[in-house]
Amino acid sequence: MKIRLILFMLGGIALASLLGPWLSPYSVSTVSAAPLSPPSLAHWLGTDLHGRDLLTRLLYGGRISLLVGLVGASVSLLVGVTYGLVSGYLGGRTDNAMMRLVDILYALPRIVLVIVLITLFDLKLKGLLDGSWLAPLAPHARLMLLFVGLGLVEWLTLARIVRAQVLSIKERPFILSARLIGQTTPTILFRQILPQVLPTVLTYLTLALPAVILEESFLSFLGLGVQAPLASWGTLLADGASLLNPIQTPWWCLLFPALLLATTLLIFNFLGDQLRSPKK
Amino acid sequence: MISFLFRRLFSSLPVALLVLATCFLLVRLAPGSPFTSERALDPATRQMLESKYGLSGSLPQQLARYIGHVLQGDLGDSLKFRGRTVVEIISQSLPRSLLLGSISFALALGLGIPLGAWAAARQGRPTDHWLNGLALLTLSIPTFVLAPVAVLFFSFGLPLFPPAGWGTPLQLVLPSLCLALPFVGICARLTRSGLLETIGADFIRTARAKGVSEKSLVLLHALRPAILPLVAYAGPLAASILTGSLVIEEIFAIPGIGQFFVSGVINRDVFLVSGVVLIYCLLLLFFNLLADWITALLDPRIRLDS
Repeated sequence: MKIRLILFMLGGIALASLLGPWLSPYSVSTVSAAPLSPPSLAHWLGTDLHGRDLLTRLLYGGRISLLVGLVGASVSLLVGVTYGLVSGYLGGRTDNAMMRLVDILYALPRIVLVIVLITLFDLKLKGLLDGSWLAPLAPHARLMLLFVGLGLVEWLTLARIVRAQVLSIKERPFILSARLIGQTTPTILFRQILPQVLPTVLTYLTLALPAVILEESFLSFLGLGVQAPLASWGTLLADGASLLNPIQTPWWCLLFPALLLATTLLIFNFLGDQLRSPKK
Repeated sequence: MISFLFRRLFSSLPVALLVLATCFLLVRLAPGSPFTSERALDPATRQMLESKYGLSGSLPQQLARYIGHVLQGDLGDSLKFRGRTVVEIISQSLPRSLLLGSISFALALGLGIPLGAWAAARQGRPTDHWLNGLALLTLSIPTFVLAPVAVLFFSFGLPLFPPAGWGTPLQLVLPSLCLALPFVGICARLTRSGLLETIGADFIRTARAKGVSEKSLVLLHALRPAILPLVAYAGPLAASILTGSLVIEEIFAIPGIGQFFVSGVINRDVFLVSGVVLIYCLLLLFFNLLADWITALLDPRIRLDS
């Protein structure tokens, strides 16, 4: 009952982000004559410093924030599951070496790693893309790095979880049978073991999604993530925060992005909780 | 104990050096140079600057030189803040970040543990549900969302606290609360689940059968083993508070180590960035070590020296 309501809310946010920018009478960058006007019938959530409609920008930013979450979580899923499967199944020295690498990466402050990765390879990737047939993608090099970079730092926990599960699964009789009928290691890994760890992995997805969204907003907030003219919930929040001053407080520019971001994260965390807690 | 410390020290040092080397190479490999921020330098000047700061020669040579200096306690000069050494910058800014961090750490544990214990004591009743909801809410709202909203309400809406700055105790209230709040929820949950698990254990039933009062049952018998997961989490918690402080320092204009780190990355200030990452890494390793040690103190089954 409660779950259905929550899922409905999540679907609402996703759908609005997807369709909203089309339905809205304003475009993301339309500059109107009324900068910083409070919420009204014409602009439901008010306008920002340049007179752009905040609701439209929020929905548009939702596309980017949710997309970053999806892509980042998928990358972390792909890397983490494969790494954990291989490490756990091969065991012995390989396993040891692979897990030490995970330990070292754990010791690096993760957000720091992404910051370094993005700021440092932004221009390089842009140059690479510019020279190839992928040139139209070049302006979005930073965004793509953000997608991949966030996924690449989020896989560590998943790799550990999957490995621990594989360690016990690989001792079960059906794996021995699979080996006896001559199935190759990749087949055993992906056809026999993977389906067994899938429920855990899907639960983890509900944790990875908000984690990636949060990290993207965090970076964008610091000015290191999504860059103007693109917007995400993180940059909108940062814009709102930078407008605060004692003389005039356009609270709507800050409060609405904050509410939307917090609600989305809350929904994901709640779903993760429900999935992990045992059925009554 | 002593041998445990030594073993950990020996296994941690290579990790710290590896992290340091990775960071140094990453920043050096990045496009853009710390010296060419505004206009292009002629090659001669550039070469002079590079050799002055020890950045001449091939990358492995630079790295070897840098690591050699670090092992002697010299973290190099900042390239952006000319005339200041990295050690100077860190020793000025780190105490501020540490003060902020330790207040938040104390708040997270000091509020989280009692709230978690309270929820566990009222398991299944309305208080428990409300506290659980509250915990989920606090841990879902990230620091950088909470902080500006708190400033909006408590500095501009109700002028209770200063919106930014550093120096007076009143200026510490908002930053430390905002930094701590998400972790209060996590600590409360860990305490609650740990307590509920131990309450069901055999030795608790025995103690209850002996007639131990309910209060000392929880406080003396159950809390000690129940708190183990929380202690294990204390290491990552310290790390999260450190990185969370990055954004808090930005919002509240606190001249801590996080601000220097962000500016260092943007300016390709290789020695500053590497130095700060080294400090982060050492602090992390130290907190993990501390957590393991406290775990062993609390749980007599764990032997560090074996």
